[in-house]
Amino acid sequence: MTMIKESFHVKQGDMTTAGDASARIKRQCKQLGIPASVVRRVSVGTYEAEINLVIHANGGRIDFAVEPEKITIRVVDDGPGIPDLEKAMTEGWSTASNEVRNLGFGAGMGLPNMKRNADAFDIKSEVGVGTDITMVFNI
Amino acid sequence: MKSEERYFHSVSLDADKCRGCTNCLKRCPTEAIRIRNNKAVIIPANCIDCGECIRVCPHHAKVAMTDPLEIIQGFEYRIALPAPALYTQFPQIHRSDKIIASLYKLGFDEVFEVARAAEVISYAITRTLINEDRPRPVISSACPAVLRLIQQKYPSLLDNVIDIVSPMEAAARIAKEEFSKAHGVPVEKIGAFFISPCAAKLSDVRSPLGIEKSAVDGVIAIRDIYPQLQSHLKEEFSPLEIERASTVGVRWAVPSGEAEAVGMRHTLCVDGIDNVKHALEQIEDSRFDRLDYVELLACANGCLGGPLTVENGYVAKSRLNAILRHTPAKMVQRSEIFEDAASRFRMTEEFEPNNAQQLTGTMMERILKAARIDEIEQTLPGLDCGSCGSPTCRALARDIVGGFATEMNCIFKLNERISSLASEMVSLGASTRFAVGGTGDIPGNAPADNNDQEE
Repeated sequence: MTMIKESFHVKQGDMTTAGDASARIKRQCKQLGIPASVVRRVSVGTYEAEINLVIHANGGRIDFAVEPEKITIRVVDDGPGIPDLEKAMTEGWSTASNEVRNLGFGAGMGLPNMKRNADAFDIKSEVGVGTDITMVFNI
Repeated sequence: MKSEERYFHSVSLDADKCRGCTNCLKRCPTEAIRIRNNKAVIIPANCIDCGECIRVCPHHAKVAMTDPLEIIQGFEYRIALPAPALYTQFPQIHRSDKIIASLYKLGFDEVFEVARAAEVISYAITRTLINEDRPRPVISSACPAVLRLIQQKYPSLLDNVIDIVSPMEAAARIAKEEFSKAHGVPVEKIGAFFISPCAAKLSDVRSPLGIEKSAVDGVIAIRDIYPQLQSHLKEEFSPLEIERASTVGVRWAVPSGEAEAVGMRHTLCVDGIDNVKHALEQIEDSRFDRLDYVELLACANGCLGGPLTVENGYVAKSRLNAILRHTPAKMVQRSEIFEDAASRFRMTEEFEPNNAQQLTGTMMERILKAARIDEIEQTLPGLDCGSCGSPTCRALARDIVGGFATEMNCIFKLNERISSLASEMVSLGASTRFAVGGTGDIPGNAPADNNDQEE
């Protein structure tokens, strides 16, 4: 039974609001008294995902759900999709523009970083359709 | 640790002066203040002694407790430990030796510059960073308010905090040891007193973090001895015969001074409590992982902007440059002090997280409470006006769920309720007129139970 469910819309290319969703999710986790090390992993993973939506996809949606034993973050977009998932899961691989890199993003750590921080990680992507990522964190 | 010691706070309220306005309520970085019965109340578990409320209170109702100068009388031998910020407080005086000489005239037998200890601590931190594998970025432990902020709001970063004592603490230990050796007197008879720009230092001495007991015996506000020092500064003084701090230690007074003294390649300094919170959020999101060392200072302009100073922090900062020109550029202290500094000044106690702001109960209970908070927040006006006595609508929602407030604390909700009660009374009044005073009604007519008909 899920008791807390929130959904956030993330706008493409808007660096002003980028990070708002992950900040709200982090705040909620802290209020809930979820162990600090878990909160840290949730916020790192969610922040990466949110920035991905802003930079690579045409924006998208982040669903956040808390159950007594786990936190689930689902990140959905109808963006360009990832042509070579295996490559994208390799550290250091990035398609980010120079402009984005200059902002300190696009180091090619995004997806591997999400996977490393989550207890369970699932990604589905189809070119021209979009990407659907689920991260689960055990409490 | 006893509970009253655990939450000892130097920042407190002068209730007579408090008018129950919302200035401190709105500015407290940890939402540690509520207004109850028209007076501010500080929640001890949430207060980090940063002194923001002292700065913003227009009625000077928020005060920082410190020790009076008379406290030094309790010891046979007295050492003053001036923070380098003291040197910047006097217009036209750019020589710290004059200021140090004046401290002797207040009744101290010895003066030990905290800046000297800052040099030793810088060295200890550098050694630790080079020799040990620590999670990056390593965070300074020098600002007591920042340390308490991390405990409460960023507990996942406690492992990043450097476990080396503050320059104040190191100063007290070295000073007592040197004095005891030089004069052949027992350490217990020596009192060491910090001359403080900082509102949090008394708390840091009474309930220290990372160590069991502080070697500092009292904290005296720069503000409190300022007039006396001013008058002594006009007198003649003989040259000092003490070891002096160099620019390396004195620069600790100013933002970035510590980071420069530590001397790692990738460092960052952030001052001002809101900026510090923002930086800590980003460190938590792993966005500063490439930095070696981060210096975080609760006050804008660092210790020069401390609430117990007299001079404007920006003026003090520019005056420090003049003072540095009269300060030796090279460290002149005896090298033995540095030798085992990294182990000698290591903290002995773990930093514990402070869970005061978290929900309590089983995970399920916490989830239910959190859902209820969100639900209540939706019904509140979202103006964050503070009139209810809680700093934001969300904080009120939390207080309601915690049982510390009711919806009727919100003046807008109260207004709505009064309006609806009033209209209920009007309609009740209207209906009773028909029921009791129904003089025109005769049996056989339809009872006038409809208000529209009346009007």
